[in-house]
Amino acid sequence: MLSIKNLHVSIDGKEILKGINLEIKPGEVHAIMGPNGAGKSTLASVLAGRDLYEVTEGEITFQGKNILDMAPEDRAKEGIFLGFQYPIEIPGVSTVNFMKTAVNEHRKHKGLDPLTASDFLKLMRDKKALVEIDSKLTNRSVNEGFSGGEKKKNEIFQMAMLEPKLAVLDETDSGLDIDALRIVANGVNKLKTADNSTIVITHYQRLLDYIIPDVVHVLFDGRIVKTAGKELALELEEKGYDWIKEENGK
Amino acid sequence: MAKEEQDKILDEVTQSDYKYGFVTDIENDDIGRGLSEDVIRMISAKKNEPEFMLEFRLKAYRHWLTMKMPEWAYLKIPEINYQDIIYYSAPKQKAKLESMDDVDPEIRATFDKLGIPLDEQKLLSNVAVDVVMDSSSVKTTFKQALAEKGVIFCSFSDAVQEHPDLIQEYMGTVVPIQDNFFAALNSAVFSDGSFVYIPKGVRCPMELSTYFRINAENTGQFERTLIVCEDESYVSYLEGCTAPMRDENQLHAAIVEIIVKDNAEVKYSTVQNWYPGNKEGLGGIYNFVTKRGICEGKNAKLMWAQVETGSAVTWKYPSTILKGDGSSSEFYSVAVTNNHQQADTGSKMIHIGNNTKSTIISKGISAGKSSNSYRGLVKVTKNCEGARNFSQCDSLLLGDKCGAHTFPYLEIGNKSAKVEHEATTSKIGEDQIFYCNQRGISTEDAIGLIVNGYAKEVINKMPMEFAVEAQKLLAISLEGSVG
Repeated sequence: MLSIKNLHVSIDGKEILKGINLEIKPGEVHAIMGPNGAGKSTLASVLAGRDLYEVTEGEITFQGKNILDMAPEDRAKEGIFLGFQYPIEIPGVSTVNFMKTAVNEHRKHKGLDPLTASDFLKLMRDKKALVEIDSKLTNRSVNEGFSGGEKKKNEIFQMAMLEPKLAVLDETDSGLDIDALRIVANGVNKLKTADNSTIVITHYQRLLDYIIPDVVHVLFDGRIVKTAGKELALELEEKGYDWIKEENGK
Repeated sequence: MAKEEQDKILDEVTQSDYKYGFVTDIENDDIGRGLSEDVIRMISAKKNEPEFMLEFRLKAYRHWLTMKMPEWAYLKIPEINYQDIIYYSAPKQKAKLESMDDVDPEIRATFDKLGIPLDEQKLLSNVAVDVVMDSSSVKTTFKQALAEKGVIFCSFSDAVQEHPDLIQEYMGTVVPIQDNFFAALNSAVFSDGSFVYIPKGVRCPMELSTYFRINAENTGQFERTLIVCEDESYVSYLEGCTAPMRDENQLHAAIVEIIVKDNAEVKYSTVQNWYPGNKEGLGGIYNFVTKRGICEGKNAKLMWAQVETGSAVTWKYPSTILKGDGSSSEFYSVAVTNNHQQADTGSKMIHIGNNTKSTIISKGISAGKSSNSYRGLVKVTKNCEGARNFSQCDSLLLGDKCGAHTFPYLEIGNKSAKVEHEATTSKIGEDQIFYCNQRGISTEDAIGLIVNGYAKEVINKMPMEFAVEAQKLLAISLEGSVG
């Protein structure tokens, strides 16, 4: 599904990622944990194609294709979805119109006709129910005036609409109360199939009580310094990140 | 997004061609360049006008000679040589049009190409159209059907011939000849336009529309629209404008006067798409327009809705005088400037009657190297009790080479007035574009979505057919200009 080899990334000449290697197979859930400033969000942004960042070395292949030269919208249509840590407000653009445009762009990419209005609305209804999002939210402009939790739910709703092959969820748990966390996690779990993969980026073990990862990585100072099963998350929860820092001489 | 790439997209997409820029090859009847009393007499004679018209024109001309072009607007306009303009040019065609077959096929083809078929059967059944090419009205559709209701909808020239009493009574009462430099010039040389009269208690059964087209070279277009709505009547009126692409600037100085009586209501919508000039700022229309309405009667209502995407220079401030007690006016505007376009535009609301209400919603969108200014006046006179105004002026910037300015003027003479003014300036954020990109939406489409979302409040106020056209126009004018 996704293969990252020796990825080095800089911003304004400062190296943030210093040689990342990561292999994700279809159906797998990987958690990436680590302290603030480790490079977690940078990794998510680079996967989505944000060009604030410069890839200085290494490669990323997604389903056998080199994606580094692909525009962000093409990566999206190939099936990479980024759940934003801070979802963006787009005043004046209704969620319905936004999603219709997005869904039809994805369909066009697959050689399918645009959905009719009624088919689209039906799809909206089904997915809204799936992720338990209120119509009050989808009737408004994209993320405008949403609370932090509502924005995150809306990310999962969009993910449900677009059915990505690889979902990268960047600190989707931050700012969520326990109920919202459960709803968001349930949404992610319901969307899980044997073919799609998920990267869950988080600070805390909490989310991983709901979304059970197959593999946990610890990202520290631009490198993956530890990789293990889900028990690693518990260990981190208990001991914090200091021991990782010490092991890595910082 | 990288700077160079941003610039590249900006360049690429702000350069979509102006698709109305063709010229129709027809024979014109023009009077040569220059302006003098003789020229005015000639125009009046060509139009076979009654004496009062000539007097009106000459008075305006003599006053105009004492005036200077206004310089207070935030516009850079090269000097205009008023002697180098042809003040009258009309497509040569048969003397009187009785039916569709009488319209010159070339002219018919022109309007077909513009998407304005002159054939009544092909027209949208609820829109009557008056078509003005250069200095004269070519054709008014559905005249008969409207006459049955007592509605008069015809070219200004026809009105002068057929309803001179109405013209004499109302012309120049809202925009007097000495009002401003361009109004005086128009009053001296105007050659055609539209006239609308809605009798008492009549709800006009269809949208009325005038389509203005400049075709001939070196001509100025000076049209005049006069709308009179008697008590308890209603009309929705639309105007659209296009012109060929030329390297020379062409002058357009129009006047619109609207009179709204007791409990009557007028909706006036504009889609202005005169040729804006090329990417380097060469050519384009100078658009100096005086539009003003008076809510003369009690509870009269006047609404302005406009989408302005064309013209090299735009100078216009549709205004309402709220004279009748309880009268109200709304102004909704989207003004787009791109490349080297300049616009200084806004509205004036003059509150005289008690408990009068006005709303101004202005949305400016600037891209390229353009300059887009809002200038608006809200005035409440001393004896006006209970006036209310709400003004909102938003500016949206695309790219970092354009400018947006807001010049609000508030003159409040009565303590009971409630006046609110809100202004915002925003840029289409790179993060908004990226968010759309990440959902599979290209940068161009993202800008289309965002701009149309931003302008929605105004576009929603337009009649359906126009709203669709306006939406497309916005997308074409701005595709890809990322900020």
